[in-house]
This record gives sequence, structure tokens and C-alpha cells, in this order.
Amino acid sequence: MTEFLQLDLPPLLAALLAGGVCGLLGSFLVLRREALLGDAITHAVLPGIVLGFAVSGARSGLPVLLGAGLAAMLAAWLIGQLRTRARMEGGAATGIVFTGFFALGLVLLEVTGARSVDLDVDCVLFGQMETLLWPEATGLSSLIDPVALAALPHGLWLLLGVAALAGLTVAALWRPLKLLCFDADYAAALGLPVRRLEAALNLLVAAAAVAAFEAVGSILVVALLVAPAAAMRLLTRRYLRQVLGGAALGSGVAVLGYVLAGPLPMALGGVTVNAAGSIGVLAGLMVAGAALVRRARLSRRCAPAPG
Amino acid sequence: MILSHNTLIVMLGCALLGVAAGAVGCFALLRGRALMADAMGHAALPGVVGAAIVSALMGWDPRALPPLLLGGTVAGGLGLWAVQGLSATRIIRQDTAIAVVLASFYALGVVGLSVVQVLPGVAQAGLSHFILGQAATMRAEDAWAAGALALFCVLAVLALFPRLTALCFDAEFAALQGLRVAWVDAALLGLILLVCVAGLPAVGLVLVVALLVLPAATARLLNRRLPGMFATACAVGGASGLLGAMISAGHEGWPTGAAVVLVGVAFFVSALLVRGR
Repeated sequence: MTEFLQLDLPPLLAALLAGGVCGLLGSFLVLRREALLGDAITHAVLPGIVLGFAVSGARSGLPVLLGAGLAAMLAAWLIGQLRTRARMEGGAATGIVFTGFFALGLVLLEVTGARSVDLDVDCVLFGQMETLLWPEATGLSSLIDPVALAALPHGLWLLLGVAALAGLTVAALWRPLKLLCFDADYAAALGLPVRRLEAALNLLVAAAAVAAFEAVGSILVVALLVAPAAAMRLLTRRYLRQVLGGAALGSGVAVLGYVLAGPLPMALGGVTVNAAGSIGVLAGLMVAGAALVRRARLSRRCAPAPG
Repeated sequence: MILSHNTLIVMLGCALLGVAAGAVGCFALLRGRALMADAMGHAALPGVVGAAIVSALMGWDPRALPPLLLGGTVAGGLGLWAVQGLSATRIIRQDTAIAVVLASFYALGVVGLSVVQVLPGVAQAGLSHFILGQAATMRAEDAWAAGALALFCVLAVLALFPRLTALCFDAEFAALQGLRVAWVDAALLGLILLVCVAGLPAVGLVLVVALLVLPAATARLLNRRLPGMFATACAVGGASGLLGAMISAGHEGWPTGAAVVLVGVAFFVSALLVRGR
């Protein structure tokens, strides 16, 4: 039990929270046809993360979040500028901005000497879920011991904070967000602050990207953002099911992915694999499965009448 | 700066890659296929890893590039097929499909890399360089292999130039004139795939899409007509590849992909400023 608390509980919690918050926000991205922007934001936050880390030395603290938020806003603004001023097509503009930011982030990683045990290229590419540990856990009693709890990895607290913020925001803005997803023009005509809602969503996605970054790395955050939402889109047309289902699927696939990557192989005496990768593969399979389920449903509906 | 023979070959290979990326990128941009390069590049990773495992099991040199490129091409092709398949549901938009495919295939590659770590004989360090590119550790024979693939792409684009032009500017009219639009579209996607795969060792899969988009976008800003745009894109692409490789060869810690992209961004921004006047 102690070993479980020390080694497995933190990554499991990270998976649960990261998957949940990304799955939740991802539904809005997918409904608004902005999966691409989600991809872009997760890459574009890298220079912000690196600078925040260089300034504060902490991989999951306020400077990193601030840096990421600023980077995300700057990237979104630049994409807009390229589309309007340079008349560039959306995909190309997005591609240029997010790769440019990501490249800058990689160079900054090198130049600021941020390359260390705590933040290096491997962390960016593969995540470091396996490094989340809770050595202070001594038994079940640690779960209610404030001293031990305070020693949980900072990344978990950040995830918890961002998840709470995202959950509260979505709950508070339920109706406006729904309108924004389905008829932005009507929402604007009603007087809703569409631009500000979009900005709020983008910032939440950036925060989620930073919080989940430690668990699954920059590139695989995209999997958690887009795949659960895409799978739900294939399975339902109801908004509530889409949004809540996305969060649930995100948590589920992340937890299952972690278990299949580490604890299960170890119990069976096999070789462990990278947890973030395992989650990403599972997420993809989930979407494929949802597509097949949908095809089966459709063909049942359209099946010719007997006789 | 004294350049060794090896470095010179690698730089030339990167320059040639840049030219190919500029050439293919022109049509990719015009046809709105730029982001497929992102999907195919990321999707290639599990193929590269799988090919390395097969090479090691067969007793070949797992670092030899041609089998790795072949594996990457197969996997990238599967990624393309997956994107088309998901988009065909009509519920999932193409960019959502691209995001799902790129992340999940990449994830498979990451899983493969972690497995490969425990297999003797497979130089895992060499494989992770495919993610961000590393000209500094490329060997001359790698540059030859990638360079040959890039050269093939340039020649293919030149051979298909009139058809690609027709495809991009008025596919319907061209179809009426007898152009097999589906074939030319497929050929373009195939060329995008090949350029991405050729770019893996030098520039890496994450940033190869930028190499396809940036020179073409820069050229678009500076040229009104396609022949001029094409020539500019090839020139800018080649220069980006060359300069990026030079910078990265000089700084061991700088991934080549990052250096090439930043050079490309510099060209792009310059073009923006020039046009602004």
C-alpha cells in the first residue's frame, strides 16, 4: 500500500486530472472546429514555459503559467494578424506560428540553460509522469495528514487548481459557451462578449496544456485535448453528454493508459513502456472504436426492412 | 570555420531537402494540404522505430537510413489513410482528424522508443533524433540517402508541373479537360509524404511541416505568378536548409529542425516587411 501511494498514486492522480481537464476543454475546441488551435496552443506555450522556468526554477508554478498564457495570447494574435494582414489561409498561418514558437522554445531551452533534470527536451517530448513521486507517504493515514499532503508533487496541485478553474468556468458559463459553440453570430447579436469568451477558452486551454505538460509532454497533450472530444462527437449529438462525456473519457483513457504502461506490465513481469505514449495510443484507438460504433449504428438504422 | 567533408555533405543534403520542401510546399500550400504534412511527419515515427527493430532482428545495421525511411513512409501512408478515414465520417473535420492521427501515431512511436531501450543493438539515441532533427550527428551516407529522396521529389514536381498547376488553380476546368484530378491529388500527397520522410533525419518530424509551409508562404508574399513563386520557394527553402544546418552543426545543443525553422521565419518576416512597403 505504501509503495502504491508513493509511486503510483501521484501519476494516477495526474492522469485523472490531466485527462479530465483536457477532455472537458477539448469538447469546446472540437465543437467550435478549432482542434487545430488546440494543437497550436499546446506547441506555442513552450517558450513561455521555458522562460517561466528559467525565471523561477519551478516547473509548475505561477511564472510558468503566466509565461504560457502570454505565449498563447501572442500566438493567437499573430495567427489572426497573418490571416487578416497577410491574407494567409488559416492552416498555413497556424502552422507557421506554432512551429515558429515551438522552435523558439527549443532554442530557449538550450540558451537559458534550462536544460536540466527538471526541464529538458525529453520532458517536452515524452512527459515525465513516471517521475511524479510522493516519498512522504507512509500509509493510508498520509491521505489525511496535512503535512504529508503538502509534500505532494507541485504538478499535482497545479493540475488540481487548473481542473477546478476549468470546471467552475464551464459550469458558470454553461449557456454562453453552448451558444458560442453552435451559433457564434447569434451569440454576438445577443450581446454576448464573444471575443472575451474565446480568449477565456484559449487561456484555459493554455493553462491545461501547461498543467498536463508535466504528465504527458507537449505533443501528447494534443491527444488528450482532441481524442476524447472527437470520440464523443462520433457517439452523441447531445451537448451535455458531449461535454461531460469528454471529461470522463479523458480521465478514463489517461488512467487506463497509465495502468497499461507501468503497473500492469510490472505485475505480469513484462517490460514497461512510456506512460504518455500508452495514453496517446489508447486515445487514438478510442476514436477509431467510436467511428466503428457509429458506422454500426448507422447501418442498423438504414438496414432494409425484412421481407 | 573549417568544414569537414562530412559536414559539407550534410549541409548540401539539407539544402537539397530545403529545395524539395519549397518545391512541393508551393503546391501543398496552394492546394490547402499544408497540415497533412504535420500528420504524416508525426505518423512516420512508429514506422521508423518498427523498421529499426526489424533491422536489428535481421542483423542489419539499425542505423542505416533507407530501411528507416521506408518504414517511415509506410507509417506515414497509414496515417494519411487514417486521416481520410476519420474525415469520411463527416462528423470529424479534417483538422480534428489530423490532430488525432498525429498525436496517436506519435504516441505509438514513443511507446516503441521506450521498448527499444531494452533491446540490445538498437541505437535508441539515434532514433530520437528523428523527432527534432540533428544535422550535427548525421553521417555522410545519411545525407546521401535523404538527399536522393529529396532530389527525386524535385524531379517529380518538375515532371508533374503542368498537372499540379492545373490542380491548384482550377481543378474543375482541368477535370473537364481530361485531367485525372484524383490521381494528381494523390501524387501530391505522396510527394508531401516523401519530403516529410526525407526531412526526418535532418529537421525532425515536429518541425518538418514548417519547412513545407514557410518557404512557400514567403514566396507567395513576393510573387504573383506561379513560376516566380516556385523559383523563390525553392531558393528560400534551400537557403533555409543550408543555413539552418550550418548553425546547428556549429551548436551541438541546437536541434537542426529549430535552427532551420527560425531561419525560415526570418525569411518570412523579411518578406512581410518588404511587402508592407
